[in-house]
Amino acid sequence: MSGSPPPDEAPQGGTDPATPDAATHADQAPERDGSSTATLTEDERAAEIAAADERARDQGTIGLEAGFAERFVAAVTGTSVLVTLLAFVAAFVVGGIVIALSDGATQQALGYFTARPSDTFVAAWEVVSAAYVALITGSLGGRSQISETLVSATPLILTGLAVAVPLRAGLFNIGGEGQVIAGGMVAGLIGFSFPGLPLVIHLPFALLGGLLAGALYGWVPGVLKQRTGAHEVITTIMLNNIGVLTSAYLLSTLLFRVPERTDPISRPVAESATLPRFVPELRVNVGIVIALLLGVLIFWLVERSAQGFELNAVGLNPHAATTSGMDPGRTVMRAMTVGGALAGTAGASVILGVQGRITTGFSAGLGFDGITVALLGRGRIGGTVAAGLLFGALKSGGRSMQAQTGTSLDLVLVIQALIIIFVAAPGLVRAIFRVRAEELTTAQVAKGWGS
Amino acid sequence: MRLELRGITKRFPGVIANDAVDLVIEPGEVHGLLGENGAGKSTLMNILYGLYAADEGEILIDGQPVELREPDDAIAAGIGMVHQHFMLVPVFTVAENIVLGVEHTRRFGKLDRRRASREVGELAERSGLPVDPDALVEDLPVGIQQRVEILKALYRNAQTLILDEPTAVLTPQEADDLFEAIRAFTGEGRSVVFISHKLGEHRAIADRVSVLRRGRIVGTADPRETSEQELANLMVGRPVSLVVDKPPGSPADPAIEVRGLTVENAAGTVVVDEVSFDVRRGEILAIAGVEGNGQSPLVRALTGLQPIASGEVLIAGEPVAGRSRKQILRGGVGQVPEDRGRDGLVGEFSVAQNLILGRWDDEPFTKRQTLQFDVIGAHARQLVEAYDIRTPSVDTPAASLSGGNQQKVVVAREFDLPIDALVASQPTRGVDVGSIEYIHERIVEKRDEGTAVLIISSELDEVLALADRVAVMFHGRLVGPFEMPVAKEAIGSMMAGTDPELAMARGGER
Ligand SMILES: Nc1ncnc2c1ncn2[C@@H]1O[C@H](COP(=O)(O)OP(=O)(O)OP(=O)(O)O)[C@@H](O)[C@H]1O
Ligand SMILES: [Mg+2]
Repeated sequence: MSGSPPPDEAPQGGTDPATPDAATHADQAPERDGSSTATLTEDERAAEIAAADERARDQGTIGLEAGFAERFVAAVTGTSVLVTLLAFVAAFVVGGIVIALSDGATQQALGYFTARPSDTFVAAWEVVSAAYVALITGSLGGRSQISETLVSATPLILTGLAVAVPLRAGLFNIGGEGQVIAGGMVAGLIGFSFPGLPLVIHLPFALLGGLLAGALYGWVPGVLKQRTGAHEVITTIMLNNIGVLTSAYLLSTLLFRVPERTDPISRPVAESATLPRFVPELRVNVGIVIALLLGVLIFWLVERSAQGFELNAVGLNPHAATTSGMDPGRTVMRAMTVGGALAGTAGASVILGVQGRITTGFSAGLGFDGITVALLGRGRIGGTVAAGLLFGALKSGGRSMQAQTGTSLDLVLVIQALIIIFVAAPGLVRAIFRVRAEELTTAQVAKGWGS
Repeated sequence: MRLELRGITKRFPGVIANDAVDLVIEPGEVHGLLGENGAGKSTLMNILYGLYAADEGEILIDGQPVELREPDDAIAAGIGMVHQHFMLVPVFTVAENIVLGVEHTRRFGKLDRRRASREVGELAERSGLPVDPDALVEDLPVGIQQRVEILKALYRNAQTLILDEPTAVLTPQEADDLFEAIRAFTGEGRSVVFISHKLGEHRAIADRVSVLRRGRIVGTADPRETSEQELANLMVGRPVSLVVDKPPGSPADPAIEVRGLTVENAAGTVVVDEVSFDVRRGEILAIAGVEGNGQSPLVRALTGLQPIASGEVLIAGEPVAGRSRKQILRGGVGQVPEDRGRDGLVGEFSVAQNLILGRWDDEPFTKRQTLQFDVIGAHARQLVEAYDIRTPSVDTPAASLSGGNQQKVVVAREFDLPIDALVASQPTRGVDVGSIEYIHERIVEKRDEGTAVLIISSELDEVLALADRVAVMFHGRLVGPFEMPVAKEAIGSMMAGTDPELAMARGGER
């Protein structure tokens, strides 16, 4: 990689590296000293052991026999923080190359590269640093930028969790999109159908309606899996299509449509069902608080509760879970229901907090973004929340990058995709950064409590 | 080929698995490796096979230092290894599995099946490990699958073959066949590293035995001149008693009652056929038998994991049918599953989490739906101490413990609480002699607490050591139970299905 511009300081400055890290700390044990155990802790060895401990936190073993689902969960949740961080750096470097190559000035300089290579680097450096600076300032550079970041992050956190929770039970919830639509439709319907209710009743009613609609939409594939073994990937994809088409139809009916217009746009949500803003001129609203509170609740549920213990056990080894008296079918059904509820709330937050009315395609791929968010969060709850905030920042920063430097917003998608590719392919990261295999293996990780 | 390991050191988080190990494997020898659970045997061999990188030390082949970065390097250098968990493709045939990766292909990359099958057949014949090259691996019993693994290494022209606890899954007869094959193999100047916890096997097959203790080589012995007792003492570092002294029990009322139990497998074949027996509180009933004669479905039916086709099972007077597994287990049943990796542990969970696997939502581990980590940790530390589980900490993932220590985690968890009935399958599989002694003592202790203990074991010595009464399972039917003492040979021949009594019992069927 000798010819590429030096990696920007920009992406390392503020947002990213702290996030996955913070996630792991949150996941960590209240008590981690196993000192009183009957072990080989002769004094002379203590120092060596501590050193090895540091190095080999993410140690692979020859795995127990595992099915695909278990391996998948282990691979995702077992990716080390190191891989995630490196994936991140790699994605920004490759993204930088893409920016540079698509830039006119750089292309020109490249034309006489052999004559004066420095021109190419200077041109590339200028365009890449300008783009990344715009990305950072556009997401964190001021009150309104931060507000936009939080607005974008709100549904991403929720749909990320909607994927992460089932993932921990060994399920791949592709159905976030349909669940977002279900939640948004019902929340919106309640939001404009009962004008005149006081806010303290109307808003919770609409939110709860959205949550329950999403939950129902997640429960269906869950219960199908429990009863018939139908694969959730198939059923949720189907339910996504059903959701998209049904909502398009419903929006054309008088139940939703504005009577005097013909286009598929719903009536506006009443003031009393709108998520209040903190400051009138900024779009950020109570939705972000709800998302973070739900994050805390889900953290407790998955990492700290008895239900979560069962969930994790089923996800990691359904045989042992069954043998120990757990009920994988019921757990699977519950995990999908909770996932659906979270995605439904995401839909509600979009309609009640930002858009104010339902349009076709209002979900805008939020459910699929959730998959990316959950993968980057390594299936951990803290990590997913952090990844949601980060992707929110990328989204809003990307918009101002496009406005200011003309770099296409699609670049943000490229970077997101690159991050995931690098996270999903530790081998690639390992090859690039020459990290020893044993430090990166995904099979098993020495995890603290609650992971 | 002369293999030499020099100063091999390997550290894992919290443990030094190998500590400056020197080991020489001479051509033509069977080199036994003996050591307690967690002593570092598998780790050392995994290093030799290129699966782990040593932190320090070097490996020499015929005096030349070599770098073995991955198994392919080791295979190319003439080293083969058979792990305890086989790595075969179940839906492939024997021949396909064996040639996989080094296959000869015809035009368009089509596998030359006929040639593979012929070559494998010849190899099997030559090496004294007969197997049908065209059989599907998933249809084969474990013993034969292991043969396939060995043949796979031989097909790649291994000069040194590493066998990690090969006999743990074999019947005595299969083990003898394996020993025959090992002798033939080393007769041609090739060498074998043989890991086993069974001292008698080392005496039967090994030319030299190296003993590992806590990662270090503590001695090398000639097994023909060293008694089992001496080997055991060397390995554990203290005198061990190889026989449990078991006072006679005082059986009371039955806590496990099985009446005419019939179980069918998924295909509808009867796998447990009209089995009836009782286990009384305060007694140990051992069911002996070669694996695959219906023991597993019997156990699964007893604990509610598999539906009952007809008949009845009562535990502590309550029928098992119609209750959920959770109710059955919490009602006072302890279980040691035969496949601990699959059914007994969640590998990625910590030792502490695994120690509450069956009781995760009970007080005091859970209060108001919230896991009580301090209680769970303290509980784990206490059991780790009590059962001498060798682990760097209670937060270590169970999968990274050595096999025997994983077994101790399961045993500790299931024995911790007062229970009515204990159903233990192969309770000491893969466990070292010191720990066998310990687990056997705990089982007897459980019995004396008034638990009805059912042991399923294919290990005759274990049956003889523990049983108050013994029964034998053969082809889904139960022979016995008989009051102990019963002669070892008698049980052995009943296991083979050749005993006249057994013939009488099965007379009507064939
Ligand atoms: N991948 C791993 N990660 C962390 N620790 C490990 C790993 N593999 C082995 N260990 C530790 O290294 C030590 C040696 O383990 P090893 O599996 O080599 O023992 P063993 O002698 O084969 O025991 P057994 O007879 O029970 O199979 C043990 O303390 C084990 O916990
Ligand atoms: Mg081992």
